[in-house]
Amino acid sequence: MRVSVQEAVFDLGAETTAFAQGHSDMGAIVTFTGVVRDLPDDPLQVMEIEHYPGMTEAALQEMAQTAITRFTLGDVLVIHRFGALKPGEMIMMVATAARHRKDAFEGAEFLMDYLKSRAPFWKREITATSADWVASKEEDEAALKRW
Amino acid sequence: MDVLYFAWVRERIGVPREVVETEALTVNDLIAELRAREDRYDLAFSDLSALRVAVDQKLADFDTPLKGVREIAFFPPMTGG
Repeated sequence: MRVSVQEAVFDLGAETTAFAQGHSDMGAIVTFTGVVRDLPDDPLQVMEIEHYPGMTEAALQEMAQTAITRFTLGDVLVIHRFGALKPGEMIMMVATAARHRKDAFEGAEFLMDYLKSRAPFWKREITATSADWVASKEEDEAALKRW
Repeated sequence: MDVLYFAWVRERIGVPREVVETEALTVNDLIAELRAREDRYDLAFSDLSALRVAVDQKLADFDTPLKGVREIAFFPPMTGG
C-alpha cells in the first residue's frame, strides 16, 4: 500500500506499470484518474487545491487499509496532488489490485467515494472573473451510504 | 491549543493557524468563546451546518470534549478526488 500527497505531477503510465509489477497472484488491476475539468462558460485558469498536511496522509492511509480489508485487495495506490493545477492536468489517481475484477472495481469506487468527502482537500476555481471555493455536493455525501 | 483554519474559514478569520488559550470543555464551547471575541470569528462560525471539525486530525462532532486535545481544525465540507 502506498499513499502520496504531492505537489508534483505524476506519470500515470509509470505508476500503473510499477504498481502492477510484483502482483502475479492478482488477476485484476483497476485504475481511476481524476483530471482538472475546464468550465464551459467561464474558462478555468487555475484550480487551487489546499489540504491539511498530516491529517490528509493519515485519512488516506486509513481509507486504503479499510479498502484492502473490505474488498480483499492485494494492494492499493493513492496519489493526490495539491497546489495550482491547470485544466487537463491530472489531480489524483487510485489503483487497486485484486484476484478478481469485481473486488478491484468496487475497491476503487469505494476509495473514490470516500476521497471526495472524507479526505481533507478543498478546491478553488480561479477564472478571469471569479475565485470560488468548490461547494461539496449532496450526491457525494449520499454516495457513502452505498458502502 | 493549536487552532487551524482551512479554505474559506481561513480567509474569513484571516490566519491559517493560531494558539488559543482556553478552558473550553467542548468544541461547541470553544466556538462560543471565539464568536464572542471578534466579528470575524462570529461571521466564520455563523452557520455550523456549513462547517466540519477535526480534533487531533480526526473528523469529530461539535460536542467532542477538549480535555487533552492538542490540535483542532475548522473547515468547510471537503472536496477531494
